[in-house]
Amino acid sequence: MKTLLRRHEAYVLLIIIVVSIIITAVNPSFFSLENLFDLLKSMSLMGVFAIGMLFVLISGGIDLSFTAIATVSGYAVALALLRYGDSLNIFVIFLLAGAIGILLGAFNAAIIYFFRIPSIITTIATSNVFYGILTVLSEGKWLYGFPTWFGDFANIRLFTLYSPAGNPYGLSIVTVIWLALVLLAWFILRYTVLGRSIYAMGGSPSSAERAGFNLLRLNLFVYAFIGLMAGFGSVIQALLVQTVAPNSLVGKEMDVIAAVVLGGASLAGGTGSIMGTVLGVALITLLGNGLTLMHVPSQWYDVVIGLVILVSVGVSAYRMRKNIQRRVITETA
Amino acid sequence: MAEPFIRLRNVSKHYAGVTALNNVDFTIDQGEIHCLAGENGSGKSTMIKIISGIVPPDPGSTIEIEGQPVHHHHAIDAIDKGIQVIYQDLSLFPNLTVAENIALGQMVAGHVRLVDWKELRRVAEAAMARINVRLPLDSAVGEISIADQQLVAICRALTRGVKLLIMDEPTASLTKKEVDSLLAVVQDMKSKGIATMFVSHKLDEVLAVADRVSVIRDGQMVGVYNGSELNDETLTMLMTGRKVEYSRFVPQADMTAGPVLECRNISRQSEYEDISFCLRPGEILGLTGLLGSGRTELALSLFGVSQPDRGEIRVEGQPVKINSVQDAARLGIGYVPENRLTQGLINVQPVSSNLIVTTLQKLVNRFRLFDQAKVKSAISRWVSELAIKIPSTESPVQTLSGGNQQRVVLAKWIATDPKVLILDGPTIGIDVAAKHSIHEIIRDLANKGIAILLISEEVPEVYNNCNRVLVMHKGRIVQEFNTGACTPEDIQLCISSRN
Repeated sequence: MKTLLRRHEAYVLLIIIVVSIIITAVNPSFFSLENLFDLLKSMSLMGVFAIGMLFVLISGGIDLSFTAIATVSGYAVALALLRYGDSLNIFVIFLLAGAIGILLGAFNAAIIYFFRIPSIITTIATSNVFYGILTVLSEGKWLYGFPTWFGDFANIRLFTLYSPAGNPYGLSIVTVIWLALVLLAWFILRYTVLGRSIYAMGGSPSSAERAGFNLLRLNLFVYAFIGLMAGFGSVIQALLVQTVAPNSLVGKEMDVIAAVVLGGASLAGGTGSIMGTVLGVALITLLGNGLTLMHVPSQWYDVVIGLVILVSVGVSAYRMRKNIQRRVITETA
Repeated sequence: MAEPFIRLRNVSKHYAGVTALNNVDFTIDQGEIHCLAGENGSGKSTMIKIISGIVPPDPGSTIEIEGQPVHHHHAIDAIDKGIQVIYQDLSLFPNLTVAENIALGQMVAGHVRLVDWKELRRVAEAAMARINVRLPLDSAVGEISIADQQLVAICRALTRGVKLLIMDEPTASLTKKEVDSLLAVVQDMKSKGIATMFVSHKLDEVLAVADRVSVIRDGQMVGVYNGSELNDETLTMLMTGRKVEYSRFVPQADMTAGPVLECRNISRQSEYEDISFCLRPGEILGLTGLLGSGRTELALSLFGVSQPDRGEIRVEGQPVKINSVQDAARLGIGYVPENRLTQGLINVQPVSSNLIVTTLQKLVNRFRLFDQAKVKSAISRWVSELAIKIPSTESPVQTLSGGNQQRVVLAKWIATDPKVLILDGPTIGIDVAAKHSIHEIIRDLANKGIAILLISEEVPEVYNNCNRVLVMHKGRIVQEFNTGACTPEDIQLCISSRN
């Protein structure tokens, strides 16, 4: 399985390289440091969401409510910014958004665990509840006009370079936040008993129960974690566009799931890696960026993304089936 | 004589008025190899559950572990006292490595937070060293053989300080050779003072190493015997309470009739090689050989799951291409798979739906909608014809015993009115009495003129039911026996001499 995954990640990397070459051939401006940092910045939002989704998929579940959670926490953050503005700082903002995310995620986990409702059904329902309540209360109003410090924070760069035209660019703070979360997630999945237990639960929930794993605790962690990522994502979104709209994130669920699955996670649970997820996010972002640079009408974006997912998931499902067939034949019992 | 490791006195268990165990006394000594033998439904599983603390016994029962009476015996207490159960499904994590499967449980139980990968490998290697086995530490458990998976489960138990290892049906899915190496491991554990309790209804291999055998029937302890004083036959009698005649049956096939199924030199890369045989109506042809000899692969090709690369298959004299299961069904070929739970039944669905699933087309009225009267009569016909014992036709098949499940699978294919029926391991994992009645059903079918290919690892099964037996080895048919002119030992010898 491990070698299979490694191979999967290598394939994704290969596709990224091929796609990059094609885009560069059509539009050489793609191949520049400036565009690279731009891409890294624009994939950060999806990247943060994808970390959370990876955890849920490994655990054997799915969460379709994270965009609704992000919308709720984003709205709360915006209201706080507008009312208390200058007395707040970025840490309080992340804390507030994260806390709301954890709370709503834990609510999902409790329902999934105690009522044994499949996670897909639960989160479709809670997504409607979260999002519906917000729409009623907000009346769909857009929020903007945040304090200047909030706009300034978004423009922080770790280092600054200048393009020939004189435009400044560099490694954005937003990208740094994403990469820090990637490191954290990698550490949890690889070096904590909690992380390994999530893989174990995804591989076989009944074995996990018999081996004395606390499934409630694992579920709470996993769904609270994607809630946390949704909360952080909502702040990143607000930083990037300096506006919070109740409908800006809805519909992004599928892109995120697609990126994670593209990176080798299985919807059946038990497999997936942080490296693969980063590559999956990169590929999806790259395709969007590339189509723009190649002047392909934006309507084609969904078609291309859909086809890439079909091929990727199709290939890994085919390999998996071959694998199973071999086993059924050689050791049926 | 030292204190026994565990002693059960007057242990009873009632479930909603049904007596599962009735005043059972039972002991296992330190480091003993003990078999608990009984048919399905005899109370074996209840015994396991009580000893491992999953269900409490009725009040008035006493349990002593190492001389100390235990009162609130919960699963976690049982594990703390050194009792571990390896269930038939092994309860492993297929997606994790061997090393993790062995060591992760211990880490979770010890409230360890961070994974030290070196330490994890060390724990796994230490456990393997204790029973002298070598397993690939970094392979995913889902990719190693069932026998190796079982060793992983044993190693995992060792990391938790096991003193009594309970193994539920450990040999059901192993080959002869694998059973032998498992028994060697168990004897090795015995030398280290670890007791093993085998729970099974198929004990012939295990009898050789058992110190004592307890036989349980209908919730009552029948008796405790020395392993050496029992053989397969006496044990069967003790378990069932009656003598089961293993009669021989010679199918009365007309050997001059044209074959209904004929294979001419069919081969499939790395599966089977140059297979030729013919099968006549009313005949039961046995196909035996070790696990991995190619017998199941061959069956899958006859049923259209895979296709031979070369050679020709003929049905009633006509050359045919069987490209799919639908093709096979159209040609009148039915297949009862080896693993009925994953391949033959829709587990959560009721018996009724499972029975009619192959014949839906015949049960409709002229508007192509289900004719409820036809459906009902079809279901009740098969339930009574195969004597399927069920509380209701709406019970999910997963709640039935192995024997009854197998009858449902059989009925489902017999309902299609097949000309050829391929039975792959039709009595694996079902108890002696049920086995006997499955054989009766098979013989009946042959008498009705259905041609049957009976694939089985058990030589007595093919010997007693077939007129001819083919032995496969490494993908080839190595010998054909006429059961009228040979003994079971001849066939056994042919199989084992090539191993």
